Amino acid sequence: MKRALLVCLFTATAIVTLAFLALPIVAIFAHTTPGHLLDQFSNPVVRDAFVVSLKTSLIAQALIVLLGTPTAYLLATRRFPGRPVAVTLVELPLVLPPAVAGIGLLAAFGRLGLLGSTFDALGIALPFTQTAVTIAVAYVASPLYVRQAIATFEATDPNLTAASRTLGAGPMRTFFRVVLPLARGGLIAGLALSFARGLGEFGATIMFAGSLQRVTQTLPLAIYAEFDRNFDATLAMSGVLVLLSVALLLGLRIGLTWQRSPSKRSLYLFGPSASG
Amino acid sequence: MATLALEEIVVPLRTFSLRLTLDIESAIALVGPSGAGKTTVLRAIAGLVRPASGRITSNGEVWFDAAKGISLAPDRRRVGLVFQDYALFPHLSVRQNIEYARHHQADDYLDRFSIRHLERARPPDLSGGERQRVALARALARDPDVLLLDEPLSALDAHTKAGVRSELHDLLRGLGLPVLVVTHDYEDAAALADRVGVIVDGELRQIGPPGQLVAEPSDPFVASFTGANLLNGYGERVSGVTRVRLLDGTVVTTADDAHGDVVLAVYPWDITVSTVRPNDSAMNLISAPIRGITELGNRIRVSIGPVSAEITADSFERLGLKVGQTAFASFKATGTRVVANSRSGSRPKSGLGSPRP
Repeated sequence: MKRALLVCLFTATAIVTLAFLALPIVAIFAHTTPGHLLDQFSNPVVRDAFVVSLKTSLIAQALIVLLGTPTAYLLATRRFPGRPVAVTLVELPLVLPPAVAGIGLLAAFGRLGLLGSTFDALGIALPFTQTAVTIAVAYVASPLYVRQAIATFEATDPNLTAASRTLGAGPMRTFFRVVLPLARGGLIAGLALSFARGLGEFGATIMFAGSLQRVTQTLPLAIYAEFDRNFDATLAMSGVLVLLSVALLLGLRIGLTWQRSPSKRSLYLFGPSASG
Repeated sequence: MATLALEEIVVPLRTFSLRLTLDIESAIALVGPSGAGKTTVLRAIAGLVRPASGRITSNGEVWFDAAKGISLAPDRRRVGLVFQDYALFPHLSVRQNIEYARHHQADDYLDRFSIRHLERARPPDLSGGERQRVALARALARDPDVLLLDEPLSALDAHTKAGVRSELHDLLRGLGLPVLVVTHDYEDAAALADRVGVIVDGELRQIGPPGQLVAEPSDPFVASFTGANLLNGYGERVSGVTRVRLLDGTVVTTADDAHGDVVLAVYPWDITVSTVRPNDSAMNLISAPIRGITELGNRIRVSIGPVSAEITADSFERLGLKVGQTAFASFKATGTRVVANSRSGSRPKSGLGSPRP
């Protein structure tokens, strides 16, 4: 009797939780039809925001992968004094309020900032440019990729890299032919998370890059700007972000499935992968 | 014949240092308990661990010299290392694993190790025995100057092991390379190598042909590791033999000369088991209830009082032995060896008391 009550209680809690999480998503699509959503792409504000978001995200993620991967490998495989500090530094943007990150970037790269005069001398002005958006996104999103990459590299069997070396492969060949292929799934998962975080970036971007249509106005910034002017456009842009997020979540699942079983790639995304 | 030489290499480990000087020309096995530093020897030779001092040369080529600051990277030493878990690349097929060591010539090795039918398979789908053959093929495809095997038989089940052991024995003989095998199993070591070294806490206690280690163990640990029963007692010389009074009061006679606290080694296969008092020339007779019966393949190990005997499954059936039943264990005075003798009265510390189960 008591047990049945407990099961009922847990089930009810789960239903409430899931409904609470799903309701806002459902509401966005309840307000707008797919056709209506596509219509909104003729709205220049929506179109521009979409292009700015995509462009800055792609460049930012490319930078994160190029710089973050070697950094993560170093932190995962080497033990040196100050390593805990380095790891904390990598994780810092994750807990930093985005607005604070934006102020920090402004204080570092702004005209009156720490590196402002250096950049000025070189004729570079960062704040309120598309480059500033890219930097803000990279700063805020990077921990999600680098953390996952460190965890993935740490999980790579050190005997496999040792075996590669004894078979005559140098450190570079070992990295590209053994370490990277084995870490691929985990890295893709980290990239998916980082991409999703970057797409939703708001606070740091508005502080450091402003919200200029066609230049620095990303989808989240445009949603905020259009909020009291054109609610349909807001809904359309929100719909786009929901779809992108779901796509990235699927990418994350696929990445993690790959990571678990490099030999047998499961076609299931949610089900049996958890056990394998 | 090619030679790998280790000259006074020292590798500090957590609680002791590995110290080793060894010339390897044919197949040598290092045997010792886990944590004795065996794997570290292999990793030092392969360049995966850097010794604090010493020299490692292969056919005169210096791979490591602490004094001169020379340490070749692992990929510059010609070493074939077969890892305990084989360390096959799980994302590559069998063929690709072998090609990783040598391009374009994987076919020779696929044929030689009878793994051509597996060339497209990936390591996680292979059995233990198959993985081992792939790992050996890959290590040899590297065309090494020395072959190193880390516990080559420990990942195999008992059924596969016997067959693989004789295959491996033949293979190692035919290579004409210095081979170093490390294992915790004395029988495996004796089956695979011409010479066996017993290593404990980083120190080589004794090295020699397997038969010599059994016949003349240098200390109680070597004796116990090669499978002997160890008996502690106090010995006195009486009319040309030594009588040893054991802790439980039993008196055992040995042909070896000793006086004072002694440790005797008796091999299980030198002990005869019977259910009635035997009438033979053996001078030593122990009568006690059977403490335990363990099956070891086609042999049965029977523990009687302070000793364990090994008899065939046939004899075991014929005698109809059961745990708790009183039985007789007899062995000759010449079947015992004094492996430690301290006249002062203080007993040697290591390996005393319990023989291997």
